[in-house]
Amino acid sequence: MVLTINGIKKEMPEETTTIHKLLDHLQLGNKKAVVERNGMIIKKEEQEQEPVKEGDSLEIVHFVGGG
Amino acid sequence: MLKIGPYTFQSRLFLGTGKYEDAETQKEAVRESETEVLTFAVRRMNLFDESQPDPFESMNLEGFRLLPNTAGAKTAEEAVRIAKIASAADMCDMIKVEVIGCDKTLLPDPVETIRASEILLEEGFTVLPYTSDDVVLAKRLQDLGVHAIMPGASPIGTGLGIINPYNLSHIIEQAYVPVIVDAGIGSPKDAVQAMELGADGILLNTAVSGAEHPVKMAAAMKHAMEAGRLGFEAGRVEKKYYAQASSPMEGLSRL
Repeated sequence: MVLTINGIKKEMPEETTTIHKLLDHLQLGNKKAVVERNGMIIKKEEQEQEPVKEGDSLEIVHFVGGG
Repeated sequence: MLKIGPYTFQSRLFLGTGKYEDAETQKEAVRESETEVLTFAVRRMNLFDESQPDPFESMNLEGFRLLPNTAGAKTAEEAVRIAKIASAADMCDMIKVEVIGCDKTLLPDPVETIRASEILLEEGFTVLPYTSDDVVLAKRLQDLGVHAIMPGASPIGTGLGIINPYNLSHIIEQAYVPVIVDAGIGSPKDAVQAMELGADGILLNTAVSGAEHPVKMAAAMKHAMEAGRLGFEAGRVEKKYYAQASSPMEGLSRL
């Protein structure tokens, strides 16, 4: 399935059917990342249920140094 | 003691976490500064290139209040989005509203800053807007109900120090919320000056992270803040045009 992740179109395996599985696939499972799906924030506790579908646009952001 | 919204602080120094050479130096500088508030930014993860170093991976954030900024936002909506992202990660005790309106000076967009602050206050955030040294704008922001105002000393990253102490004094004088001088502090002298003017605190980043010895500079800033604050509380002497002897003029022994 093709997803847009942080602005880049990427082919992801069919089994990444939830946000949680997608984060695992990207090896971000234990990182402090926040995910938006099509402009909506998906809370951490909802990541296991929330589905990922063909054509979804995902933003995966984290925290960096700044002033 | 400094009080912002529901939080109280012993230290009046807020420290940014950008542009350190390595995580270890940052950790040491933070420790040395004795700050209780750390700022940081929200960015896209660099997923498909080599992974970016995470400045917080090796740092224990427990015991700190977290003040993410909305840097990168050019509109109120973008700033609100960033604030909500930080909040969703439980990384947001307070939010620094930073909406830039000019790429060259990185000065804030006053209209968008007011709009963003208004929305975030309604959403229940503890709101600290970064603003220019405009006296009226600072007044308008505090009338909105923001929890502190953060006027810049000079543009971000310039290290030019306080370029308009007159405006800053007026902002401080009329403020009924804490005034945290943010941006442009270059040296301990600037920190002393801001605190002597009566600022409630200072947020700085480059002055420490960009110093030749960041850890030493973090200590210097801590002492500068204390000296400036004590000086403010002690009340300085008036400036006079003519000299006035410190030693008594009576009882002079004539040779």
